[in-house]
This record gives sequence, structure tokens and C-alpha cells, in this order.
Amino acid sequence: MSIADQTLESRIAASVHLPEPFAGWFAMRGWQPRAHQLDLLARAQAGRSTLLVAPTGAGKTLAGFLPALTELAERGPLKPGVVRPGIHTLYISPLKALAVDIERNLSRPVDEMRLPVTIETRTGDTPQAKRQRQKLVPPDVLLTTPEQLSLLLSHKDAERFFGDLQFLVLDELHSLVTSKRGHLLALAIARLRRYRPALRAIGLSATVAEPDELRRWLVGQLPGEDRMSDFVEVTGGAKPDIAILQSEARVPWSGHFARHAMPEVMAAIKAHRTTLIFVNTRSQAELLFQELWTINEDNLPIALHHGSLDVSQRRKVETAMAANRLRAVVATSTLDLGIDWGDVDLVVHVGSPKGASRLAQRIGRANHRMDEASKAILVPANRFEVMECQAALDANYLGAQDTPPIGTGALDVLCQHILGMACAEPFKADALYQEICSAAPYRHLDRETFDRAVDFVATGGYALRAYERHARIRLNKDGLWRISHPDVAQQYRLNSGTIIEAPVLSVRLTRRGAAANARGGRVLGKIEELFLETLAPGDTFLFGGKVLRFEGIRETECLVSLSPNLEAKVPYYAGGKFPTTTYLSAQVRKMLSDPDQWKRLPDQVRDWLAMQKIKSVIPGPNEMLVETFPRGNRFYMVAYPFEGKLAHQTLCMLLTRRMERAGARPIGYVVSDYAISIWGLKDMSAMIRDGSMPLASLFDADMLGDDLEAWLDESFVFKRTFRYCALIAGLIDKRHPGKEKTGRQVTVSADLIYDVLRQHDPGHILMEATRHDARAGLLDVARLNDLLLRIAGRIVHKPLERISPLAVPVMLEIGKEPVTSAATGDDLMAQYAMSAGDLVREAMGDDWNEDGN
Amino acid sequence: MTAGACLETLIGGQSVLLDPGGVLIFAEARVMVVSDLHLEKGASFARRGVFLPPYDTAATLARLSALVAKHDPAMIVSLGDSFHDERASQKIDAQTSSAIAALARGRDIIWVTGNHDPAPHHHLPGTSVDMFALSGVTLRHIADPACTMPEISGHYHPAAILAAKGKMVRRACFASDGVRMIMPAFGVFTGGMNIREREVIHHFRRADLIAYMLGTDRVYPIAARDLAG
Repeated sequence: MSIADQTLESRIAASVHLPEPFAGWFAMRGWQPRAHQLDLLARAQAGRSTLLVAPTGAGKTLAGFLPALTELAERGPLKPGVVRPGIHTLYISPLKALAVDIERNLSRPVDEMRLPVTIETRTGDTPQAKRQRQKLVPPDVLLTTPEQLSLLLSHKDAERFFGDLQFLVLDELHSLVTSKRGHLLALAIARLRRYRPALRAIGLSATVAEPDELRRWLVGQLPGEDRMSDFVEVTGGAKPDIAILQSEARVPWSGHFARHAMPEVMAAIKAHRTTLIFVNTRSQAELLFQELWTINEDNLPIALHHGSLDVSQRRKVETAMAANRLRAVVATSTLDLGIDWGDVDLVVHVGSPKGASRLAQRIGRANHRMDEASKAILVPANRFEVMECQAALDANYLGAQDTPPIGTGALDVLCQHILGMACAEPFKADALYQEICSAAPYRHLDRETFDRAVDFVATGGYALRAYERHARIRLNKDGLWRISHPDVAQQYRLNSGTIIEAPVLSVRLTRRGAAANARGGRVLGKIEELFLETLAPGDTFLFGGKVLRFEGIRETECLVSLSPNLEAKVPYYAGGKFPTTTYLSAQVRKMLSDPDQWKRLPDQVRDWLAMQKIKSVIPGPNEMLVETFPRGNRFYMVAYPFEGKLAHQTLCMLLTRRMERAGARPIGYVVSDYAISIWGLKDMSAMIRDGSMPLASLFDADMLGDDLEAWLDESFVFKRTFRYCALIAGLIDKRHPGKEKTGRQVTVSADLIYDVLRQHDPGHILMEATRHDARAGLLDVARLNDLLLRIAGRIVHKPLERISPLAVPVMLEIGKEPVTSAATGDDLMAQYAMSAGDLVREAMGDDWNEDGN
Repeated sequence: MTAGACLETLIGGQSVLLDPGGVLIFAEARVMVVSDLHLEKGASFARRGVFLPPYDTAATLARLSALVAKHDPAMIVSLGDSFHDERASQKIDAQTSSAIAALARGRDIIWVTGNHDPAPHHHLPGTSVDMFALSGVTLRHIADPACTMPEISGHYHPAAILAAKGKMVRRACFASDGVRMIMPAFGVFTGGMNIREREVIHHFRRADLIAYMLGTDRVYPIAARDLAG
């Protein structure tokens, strides 16, 4: 920031006044406007866009709305019968529930000051009649989500609706920007800025690692310039009071459920008013909830909240929570963001939070007053997690942040946006290109790629130009691209958005054995089709806190009955879904390498590490330990990269290819967040010793060249990524409940499209988008690259006679891994294939034998 | 896709070979049966504004000609839904019609009509029929519950899911109880329907139902009771 800027800022900060009735309202409540609230107001009045970073409880929401409300108050009421053509202020939140919550919080000051301001929400749940009315009679302040904004912008009257827009308030900006959803939102804002070049954007964010990235995001970018919004940061706030649960029970070697610690968690619930229990996955939430109820002798009101449960059930829990009628809620990330639910005085985090920033966010839930310490307990589910929790706790005291980077704008999102813009109004390619490049994630987009995206939208973008006569958009003589038929807009609206749900079926309760002719029954929620396909009728699984018996699938419903069993037979999704962040991993490695730090760990964990020191080696902070040992009739190699599951998966895929070539005959592998284990038929200790498989070249960074490319194209990860890209780009239609029978015959599976495209048009724009996403996302190639560079020349090999203490957790994961390749699929079918004798018996009847008797 | 061993099985006492590529062979009569080619599915979707890669017809025909070269049948029976829609078979381009002509060279083609292509394909080489009988076996597109003869049909795109030990594999399959057989769909853009769904399974005697799952280079016969879904 230049000196001139700073002078300007101090000048505007000094000159700000809180107008009436605001000053009076603050005084009446006995409040002082906070410095940052005034600061933000002054900058807005000076026409600036600003990023406000503040901890929870700092009055962020009010700060964000104060500029808009003061302006609206001064604007005064309209003459009766006159309608304003558009909205004054647009508020975007990542969650529907948050928008509803803000409406409630905002209406209080507005009512008390009798401000002439109308505030309304618009979400996927808003009834059609209200949406129509909102367009004819727009409210002053509209609270909505990114998806709704894109939809509004695709309508012909968008320019009128947003033509007078003054303020854009972006809540929880740090969580809005990091995904494809953020890319789409950035593009939508670029369009808003074209309508309103003077639009002032206010970003509200929790503490992030790179605030400058968010500041760029808030303003329009120009070629050759690096533009940023203003920045206001509120520091301080009481340090949270965080402890790691010191369990009396034995801490498990592996697993994610922390069953061992449930009596202690129950005791903590009893000792507090309201406890929020966070877990990382739905399956953890289900299991934990069940475990708690089996020991809930006092029948305390404890509820469950996760995204798969039916909406009405979720609302019930939220209402009870807000009214302080619950003592505890077990929740996944659906309750993660800025929502204020009643009087929470304790947060329990079961399992590692997997990232320092995520921990800070979740702890923020307990207590929304900045000057009081939040209280939290971390419950590690296994021994490595003890170290990880300790590291997350240290980071929280240090204020370290590890939020993910924003990333460059995705191409599938670009394609979707171009179609949306064509639906709104005819466009000139040059102008749209410029507009798109003004959005920070797309500022480096080259023209050729943009043109390919336009071509994709028009006719699919194939090298074989077969669909010209069916084009969705056409270039007219006047140089404008137009949609060729109104149906195209209809199709866009059904498919817009970047949130792709895995195909799901409703779970409906019915009578046992009633599958074929079941009627009625309550819907319990939704469940992934992929999971159901692994079930046979009669299997039991845990859902919504109940053990359910699978009865069968009927059209788009999964029929279940209540099971009298207490144990579910089929576990639902093991493991955590987030990989540990780079920052946290580095801290864990450091902790592991330094016996002085072990003193802070529980006895059991300390003893475990001490045993490792005796039986094998404790690697240094930048070293990677590789152990090789025989077990059963196999030979194992266990390495400890600490780079998270995704990068480890990729590493193992590539290593096994190389080991195959070296003749080690690898036959399987398994990964955890901390370690990998590969097993094979040849003695790997000997191969490393005699130089036929040198570790340095096995782990050489050149594996990210040809080996990666060769493997990429055939990996299941790639196919899954392609499906997401194809849905977002609009190559295949999203499924809409009720519009089809089962979907399986009506749509074409993305896997089949991928196979054809890979063979016949490998340079297609969606293949490029997929490659990019797979590298950055599920494959975590960047992180793997960092690892390989870090460990070059620092690999410590320890040949052992038997498994080491440190290797036990990852070795316990063996047997839990899913099918990932054609070869494993063939293998499984071969095990179940009927022998010739079976076939003959099957054909001839059971009592027939080979002799013909 | 053309390598791999065929598996022999019986339909009403008549021996047939199941190729892992998804076609069925009457060895003595030198007849190859293929079902649900769904040619021009991409073009059909494009008319509705969904631009699937336009390579499906060529890819499906290339796969089929490789299997024709492998088995060298005297007759090919295409068991219905050869084209994805009625307009499609009349609008094929030169490349497609020459690929079909090459398949027909020196052999007969029987086009059995299907629900997607109910009208005869007059402009294509070969003969269009509604059903066909061969060695005491009836061949038609959709299985007829009233049929008293051994029968081979298509239409349902059967697939089977085997799940065990935390692993899961889903593959297209031939489904048969020894009297009736439903063939897998052959077109590259054809998905599958789990044979345990009522619509499929009610055609069979459950106790005798076997899913002949298509592996990389083998056909795996799996008893229906071992399947999931």
C-alpha cells in the first residue's frame, strides 16, 4: 500500500460519522460502534471495496451491512405506487440457512430504527410465486446464494434488476472462494460489475493465510495491473481454551471412531449446558450418535445433524438447538459455518480436525462473544491423531492458518457461465472475454481457450464437427452470439450450479419383507446409490441413528425396515474425507522427530514412539523413513511421507508401476494420512541391498512425468473427475428427481463418454479440464511433487525382521480398500465364478453327478 | 476387446458360446448374435441439445467388426435397438454405411426390430424381421413371458454387481436360467440395469439364474444369489 493510500485512509477514517437514527440506536442499546465498523463505513462512503477479516463475535455482519443501511436510511421512502426497478444491496452466503439467519438478525435493528428498508431471502426453497413477485417488486436488500445469483443473471431482465445495485456483501468469503463455486461466483460478479462499474464489494472473512488473494478477488482485474481492495483486519479476541482429551482407555492404533473415549465425552456433555460435537464424516456422526445413546443413562436430549437427513428432521434439530432444548448435537460440516445456534458452551471435536483453520472455525461455534474464551476438547481417534491434534492445538495458539488456495478458474465452470450469459442477452466474444478476464481466478485465461469454450457451448467442441446444425448458440451476421432456441435457456437453468451431488436415492421406511408391494412410509433422508449397490436384501446398516435392514430398491427409492439388531453389518464409509493439510503434516513430522516434544503426549503414545526408536528408526523432520520386512508369505515396504491420503494414493499407483518394472512383483497397497504400505512377492530388503531396486530412483521426481501421464488416463479417479466436469460444463444433464424413472437408462453414463472421448478426441476441452482438476484435486500431484523434492537424498532405509510399531496403524488398514482397477475386478469375479462342476449341477439339478447316476 | 476365451453354455439344450466382448455364437450354424447396438445415439441426443462425443457409431462398429473378424460368422443377427431412434438409420453418413456394408460382405445380416427401431431398415443390407428362430431357439428384442420355447432377447441391458470383502465390481452380463437368455447391450453408449431389479429378474427362474459377467478376457458365470443390489 502506498503512502498516498495510507494518508487517504486515515483521512476518511477520521471524517466518518454515524448518522441518525444509527447513533441513537447504538446509544440506546448502550453500545459503541466498533472502530472497524466505522472504518468500513468510511471506506464504503469513499466508494471503495473492502475486505474485513475478523474473528467470530466481532460484529462482522453489522459492519458489513452498516454502509448499505445508512445509505438506504438517507434515501428515504418511496412515494406510494412507485416501485424501484432493482435491488440496492445484494448479500451472498455460502449456505441457505445462513441467509435465513441473517434475515432474522438484520430485521431487529431495521425494525427498532423503523428504517424504510425491505429485506428478503431468495434460495432454492423460495416459492415460485415469491420469486416472480421479487422480480416485479424487488426488495432493497436481497439475501441469496451464489447459485441463485447465476440464475438471476441468466434472465433477460438482469440488467434492470441489478442496474441500480450499490453494495455487494459477501459473507464467509474464505469458504466461498476456494471451490468451483467460487469460480462461478467470481464470473457472476464480473457481470454485476459490467452493469455497475462503481459497485462496492464488501468481503467478510475469518482469518486466512493469504488475505491478498481475497482482496484481488473483490475487485475487477485489468491486464498488466494487480488490483486489490482495501483491507481492514480485526485482531485479538480471547484465546480459546482447548484441551486434548486424556483418555483413561487405550488409544486405538487406527480407525476414526474414537469409541474408546465415549464415556469421557458423555461426562463432558453432562458438565456443560450445550455441547456441539463435530466429526469429519457422516458415518462418524452416525456411529458416535449411536454410541452416545447406548451410554446415555440419564436420557439427555442429544440429537444428530448431517446433510443426508431429511430437511424436516434437520429443521427440528436446529429449532430445538436455538431454543436451548438440547444438551448436545452430533454434527458434520452442515453446522460448520457462521450460524449462531443457541447457547453452546463446549465444542468437542472427535477425530483430528485435519487442518488448523478448520479447527479455529469450528471452535468459533461455541460462544459468539469475542471477549470470552471459547471452550473446546479435541478427541483423537488414534495414535497418529494424538500428534495431529496436538499440532492443531499449537497452531491455534500461534494463529497459524492453512486455508486452501483459490486456484485458477476451472474450464467447466467457464463453459457453464458462457451459456448462462448467452441466455441473458446476445454477446460479442471480445467483450465477454474481457469481462471474464476481469474476474481474479480467470485473469490469465488466454483467448484461444476462451474460444474453445465458446465452441464447446455451441456444438460440443469436438474435432469431428458433426453437430453444427444442432448448435445451442450461433454467431449471427451482426457479430453477436445468440441462443438458437428458448429451450436452451430452459436447459441451462435446470443444469446450472457447481454443486454436484452423487446420485442419491430416498430412504423410505417400510415393513420388513414388503419390498415389492410396499406403500407409504416415512422418508428418513437420502443415501448414495453407489453405497446401496453394495448391499444385498437383508443387510443392515446405520442411518439417521437407527440400524436399518435393506429391503430393496424401487425406482428412485431405497426401501428399508427397522432392524431389531443393535450392530449394523455393513459399515458405511470408513475413514475421514479431508486429507491432513500440509502445514499440520509438517508439524506432526517435526513432533515425531523430536523426543523432547513427546513429553507433551499421553503416556501410551510416548511409549509407542519410544518402542519405535528401539525397534526401528525415528526419522528426522525432513527425512522419510522406509521400512521393509517379511510377513506371512509376502514382503512389505512401509514408507512415512505424511502427505495425506490423496497424495499417498497417487504415490502408490506410481510406485507400484515402477516396482513392477524392477521385478518386485507388487500385488497390493494401502494408504493412510501418514503412511503407505506396499506388498509383493519378492524380498524388497534384498532388492534394495543388492541395488536392483535403489530407493533413490524408486522415489525420483521423474515419476511425475511419463508414469503419471500413462496412469492418469486409465485411473478411476480420472473418470470420477470427468463426470463432475461433464455435469458442470453441461455436457450431460443433471438428474432431477421425479423427471425420470431410474436415470440408469435415460442418461448416458459419464464413464462411457469418457472412454469414447479418451480414444477419439483426447485434446477435448473437458479432457483438459479433467486433467487439471484431477492433478489439483483427487490426485494432489502438487503435494506429491513437493514431497519428492523434499525427500530427495533424505530417504532412510531400515530393513527389519518384522513389522515396526510405527507401521502397525497403516497395516491395520489392509483389507479395507475398495476395487480400483479392472484387474481387481477380474480377480473378484474369478473367486466367485462357478466351476465347471457347479455349472453342470446348475443345469442338470443338484442330485446329478458326473457318473450319470 | 476381441481377445479372450468364450464360455460354452446351454439354452434349452442348444449349445451356445458367450464371448467376453458381449456377443453370442451358435458355432455349428456359424451365427453371431449381438444386441442393442444403439447406433447414432450421439446424433439422437444432439437433436435435443446434448452433445455427446460424435464418435459412438464408429467406435461401436469398429468393435463389432473386430469380433466378426474373430468368429467369421455366416450370419449376424442384430437383436433390436440397432439404431437409437427411427430417424437415425435413415440419416447415417457415408462412413457408417460403408462400415455396415463391409460387415455384410459375404454374410447375411438379420435386423430384428426393437422398441427404438420398430420399422424395418429397408435401405440397409440384410433383412428386417420382428423375430427369428434358430436351432429351436426364438430370438426377439424383448423377452415374452408367454413364450414356451427357449428364447434369446435383449432390451434390458443387463448388468450385475458383485460385492464382497469390501470390494465391488459392476459389469455388463448375459443373464440366463438355462431356458431364457437376455443379452448384454453392445453399443459404447449403452449403460446397464441391475439384473436383480424386478423388471429383469421376473423373466427367470430365480434359483437357476446365472449372470455371465464380462471380464477383461473371460466370461465369469456368477450365481444370482451371490450378486448385490
